Amino acid sequence: MSNLIFLIPAALVLGLLGLAAFLWALRASQFEDLDGAANRILFDDDTDTTDETSNRSS
Amino acid sequence: MAEALAIRIPPPEAAAEPPVIDPAPFVARSGDGTASILLLVDGIHCAACVQRIERALERTPGVLAARVNMTTNRLAVRWAEGSTDAAAIVGTLARLGYGAVPFNADQLADGEDHEGRRLLRSLAVAGFSAANVMLLSIAVWAGAFSDMGGATRGLFHWVSALIVLPAVAYAVQPFLTSAVAGLRRGEMRMDLPISVGVLLTAGMSLFESVRGGPHVYFDAAISLLFFLLIGRYLDRRARARACSVAENLLVLRGATAMVIEPDGRQRALQVGMLRDGMTVLVAAGGRVPADGVVAAGHSDLDTSLVTGETVPQPVAPGDRVYAGTLNQTAPITLSVTAAGERTLLAEIVRLMEAAAQGRARYVRVADRAARVYSPVVHLAALATFALWYGALAAPWQQALLTAVAVLIITCPCALGLAVPVVQVVASGRLLKAGILLKAADGLERLAAVDTVVFDKTGTLSLGRLRLENRAAIAPEDLALAASLGAASRHPLCQAVARAAGGAIPHLGVEERPGEGLSTRLPEGEVRLGRRGWCGVPAHAVTDDADGPELWLAAPGRPPVRFLFHDELRSDAAEVVAWLRRRGLRLELLSGDRAPVVAAVAQAVGIDAWRAGCRPADKIARLKALAAEGRTVLMVGDGLNDAPALAAAHVSMSPASAADVSQAAADVVFQGDRLGAVREACEVARRSQRLVLLNFALAIAYNVIAVPFAVAGLVTPLIAAIAMSASSLVVTLNALRLYVARRRS
Repeated sequence: MSNLIFLIPAALVLGLLGLAAFLWALRASQFEDLDGAANRILFDDDTDTTDETSNRSS
Repeated sequence: MAEALAIRIPPPEAAAEPPVIDPAPFVARSGDGTASILLLVDGIHCAACVQRIERALERTPGVLAARVNMTTNRLAVRWAEGSTDAAAIVGTLARLGYGAVPFNADQLADGEDHEGRRLLRSLAVAGFSAANVMLLSIAVWAGAFSDMGGATRGLFHWVSALIVLPAVAYAVQPFLTSAVAGLRRGEMRMDLPISVGVLLTAGMSLFESVRGGPHVYFDAAISLLFFLLIGRYLDRRARARACSVAENLLVLRGATAMVIEPDGRQRALQVGMLRDGMTVLVAAGGRVPADGVVAAGHSDLDTSLVTGETVPQPVAPGDRVYAGTLNQTAPITLSVTAAGERTLLAEIVRLMEAAAQGRARYVRVADRAARVYSPVVHLAALATFALWYGALAAPWQQALLTAVAVLIITCPCALGLAVPVVQVVASGRLLKAGILLKAADGLERLAAVDTVVFDKTGTLSLGRLRLENRAAIAPEDLALAASLGAASRHPLCQAVARAAGGAIPHLGVEERPGEGLSTRLPEGEVRLGRRGWCGVPAHAVTDDADGPELWLAAPGRPPVRFLFHDELRSDAAEVVAWLRRRGLRLELLSGDRAPVVAAVAQAVGIDAWRAGCRPADKIARLKALAAEGRTVLMVGDGLNDAPALAAAHVSMSPASAADVSQAAADVVFQGDRLGAVREACEVARRSQRLVLLNFALAIAYNVIAVPFAVAGLVTPLIAAIAMSASSLVVTLNALRLYVARRRS
């Protein structure tokens, strides 16, 4: 039973990490343009430097 | 989804003429020497478009960042000031073949969708919590059959409480605020039983944990919230998307005005910044930006959006002109009088507000169900408590537990999902057909319609003139008239040119605005225009024509008369017939003259029509219909229809409508076909049936489950299974709307 003392907090911490990552993504406008993101993956060369959401102006 | 993405934003006017707007006034400057602009780009279809646009802009010297948002077709560009400018950027896009229209961030109501983000955050928290607590719950359920000790179970309960209670406190807020707001207004919304159910479940489970009891329902409380938030978020997103497309349509026509300064310089200004007394230049083909008085120039104005009149009105210095009318033939300058309270637009907006207040507040189907549902459920829980505590003499804790179990099992998960899921599927389907559902309850209101009132110009008809008596005109006359007509932008002349199948414009055609055209041929002067312009005596014909006319006078030939009528939408008669077969009463209210309206009414097959209606007359007619107990769908496009659109039970307008009308309408449809009305009515009816069926399913589930709960037989495991199963059934039922379309 003493396993639980480690396992439950471990499960919770992992879950919280996922939640934190999602909330960060939401805040960083990762969900603003889902269609664009789906298509951008088809850009097929490395010279493309536009995939930075951080320096977008609005 | 991929199909939905392909929705194109059609240019507002004729496809050949995208609006040319000076982008300079829309540039936002920041302190650090950079400037930025937002552009709405037309024609982005795929990744390649995005890449071409972004590459080309980033290669432009001075541009710091360019980013296309494919979902909304909007482009944000930032550049270092001085090295390039907005006009160059729009020029680059034009070279690539994309039309771009600048806009202001504050023109968009949903620029930042706070409500949607809040729902998404709540959804994330609820999802995290539900998943983790389910791990523990399954262990407890399994433990019931094996050898889990009371201490371990107690530990699991406490850990569950730790995970769920903060999550519930956070994720229940969207429901709680809405329920409380409803109570303040004295309404019982569906959110009330949801909030009560969730809070009681969480509270009771905490109580059980303290007591060391065997059954806690933490997982039920949070997964209920999780399911309901999914429904609510999807609903919100579908509507936000329709609204953003609708806003794009408006932005595409948003315009700047060319102001002439006292010193003679010209300067582009956003329409909202115009002030009384400014002098504005309106080019031929441009829209009049504000109410005003013509200062100089003669031209013809297409006033169809304002008055419903198809034939252009000639204007001369001193005439009043209204915002939204289209200048057809020659440039004019006007002196703005728009900033006052007495403008036409202000008058229309006032009428509209009054009309919207008069509209009875519509109570959504789910909330109507809640009015019956919550008292019944809460009374049932109370009766259960009385039964166990009084009749069966159980201890009060057990009686309370059973009563709460009844609340949990009846918690309206399926009911809460029944409407939003259908709504999402239906609005997705409509969006693909180019129909934008702007109002949240638009579909429900549309389903109840039993009367349809149409406007004429721009709604049943395209507001585009067409030559009527082509067969009666000799080919050489038509060819001659077309070669003159092609030189003018006047809609009658254009119609002649179109009827001849396109013509090469004659050189040396002179246009006299309000009168007609003339040119010199070797054999003499040829004139095309009004009766008087062509020297035809007024008594030459008995006036039996409804529509506008043109005359052609050529030397050595008798004058030829060209008659026109307003071109109907290609499927107008068909849609009207379909609506009639459906048992709907149809009416036509128009601001145009009686003979024209009568002809259109006859052509499409509507018996009841009224002509010469002012906006107030239209409202009065709608009120009269409402007083007869009819629920009216108003379909209209003009500025003069806007108050009626706001007054009707539900309203639709084409995407070509005046801005105010589009804003007032619950549903906006794109394209040249009236079939959208039929499609919307059909989808509304079908989704209403599905919603009712969903309600029936949810209630049937309750009828089966409640006796078990009253008997005290419901454990947390049974509650979880029952709840998920009923939600799944309701969702699958809603998806049938997609299947129905595939088959048809």
